[in-house]
Amino acid sequence: MSKRPSLFSLVLSLPLLIWQLAFFLFPLLFLVAISFWTVRNFQMQPDFNTGNWVRIFTRSAFWDAYLRTFCLAAASAAITSAIAFPASYAISFKLSERARRWLIFVLIIPFFTSYLVRVYSLQVFLSDAGIINALLGKFGIGPFPLLNSTFGTLVGMITLCLPLVILLQLFSLNFVNRDLVEAAHNLRCARFRTVFLVIVPSAKVGLVIAALFAFILSFGDFVSPLYLGGGNPPTLSIMITDITKSGQQWPRAAVVALTMIGTLLTVAFLSIRFAYRERGE
Amino acid sequence: MTGNRNIVINGLLKLHILACLVFIFAPIIGSFVFSLNSDRFPSLPLGHFSLQWYRLILEDPFVWAGFFNTVFVGAIVAVIATTLGFGGAYTDFRYNFIGKNAYLALALLPPTIPVVIMGLAMLAFLSRISLSGGTFSVIIAHGVMCSPFAMAIIRLRLSQMDPDLEAASWNLGGNEWATLRHVIMPFTKPAIFAALFITMAVSFDEFAVAWFVSGLHETLPVKILGFLQGQVSPRINAIGSLAFLSSITLIVFAQMLMRNPSTGPVEK
Repeated sequence: MSKRPSLFSLVLSLPLLIWQLAFFLFPLLFLVAISFWTVRNFQMQPDFNTGNWVRIFTRSAFWDAYLRTFCLAAASAAITSAIAFPASYAISFKLSERARRWLIFVLIIPFFTSYLVRVYSLQVFLSDAGIINALLGKFGIGPFPLLNSTFGTLVGMITLCLPLVILLQLFSLNFVNRDLVEAAHNLRCARFRTVFLVIVPSAKVGLVIAALFAFILSFGDFVSPLYLGGGNPPTLSIMITDITKSGQQWPRAAVVALTMIGTLLTVAFLSIRFAYRERGE
Repeated sequence: MTGNRNIVINGLLKLHILACLVFIFAPIIGSFVFSLNSDRFPSLPLGHFSLQWYRLILEDPFVWAGFFNTVFVGAIVAVIATTLGFGGAYTDFRYNFIGKNAYLALALLPPTIPVVIMGLAMLAFLSRISLSGGTFSVIIAHGVMCSPFAMAIIRLRLSQMDPDLEAASWNLGGNEWATLRHVIMPFTKPAIFAALFITMAVSFDEFAVAWFVSGLHETLPVKILGFLQGQVSPRINAIGSLAFLSSITLIVFAQMLMRNPSTGPVEK
């Protein structure tokens, strides 16, 4: 390769770079800038004012929402991983190659259905007079208030994350060395011990990354908390949409958004470090 | 004895897979069923079969306007994202340079940023340069969000290519442009088409960022969001079912292209 990049290489590599710089990185940096701007007479004005940060960070309502959003996302990541693992374990270790291929194809389908439509459909399932309560009523139980609750929010988030988490876990489990499992069995390691002492540690990176994706998706989701959780009290993403859609207080919305990005980066960094850390022998 | 226990455990595990699938697909299948049901708010027992919700959306000029907007945006986004993604994938395949990791991060990170934050950033930025509130702004935002998918699909195909093919072409006197046109493009053609269809499907379903930046020129998913905020309306199910069918058609096309790639470049 020559030292100076050729015209050819520039024509191929630069368009993507320019597009993502101009329309991805730059808007995110712009968000940092406007978080210091002030709003006068419904107009944003360039400024260097920490007032927005102070105002948001000293409001207890913000910290309540922050804690709520964080716990919801963590719960969603934990529950989704727990539900997904037995399934991906079974798909990877117990099914034929053909069945596995089919399941992977089936699990990709939900990505191409509208999340909004699924959430609307879940409303019909979960409402007080909905499908689930009607079924339970046949057995003389209920009705339970499933909608507009934390339960509803979590059901929505898990619906969103489960296919992705199963697929990611599955790919890491498929790379687990089958000889190790065989060896553990030969050494009379019991089934459950093999799963937790051999398979989980070998697939750790993939399992952690799957949980991380579930956390990221749930942390930023505003549809489930709003339409299945009732939206009150709000989560951080609901706060952003409310502030943005109700007026010109974009600087404050930017503060909330940047706090979310900071949190996500920290969580991602910590979990990836945890995933790649060598186990102490 | 252990054999019996194994059968029970395996059975339970398979039952668990089935339960997960039911959980994942109940809302999707439910939406289909509700769209063909006469009740405004379906419950058990279900009402009778009816096409009224489909009739309602087909008679709604706003739904049609949203539909044409969605298709228009989707088609342009697919071309832009695939072009950008192709360049990115080939750059990653062919070149090593300082800052390559930063290049790849910038190219692939957009899907991990929460859509609300992307929406806010796009709205603030585009309205500053007076581009917000139009179809154009949705295209820009979707271009950012879709090009990583196109890049990943095409990069996957490139990794199946014998690197010597390129060298052979250069030895035979083809310059880089000719090699791109006669070797790389034919080889990646199935992936290019797959990327076109998949990015179009992603754009079809994206509602959050589009909602932030679209202003009055709403796409169909933004319209659905509007319906959700209003009163109960099974029209969502009808629109969703039609959208699902068109997305799945695109995916099946993409799958067929990916699975049945013409082997190697065309020989002269």
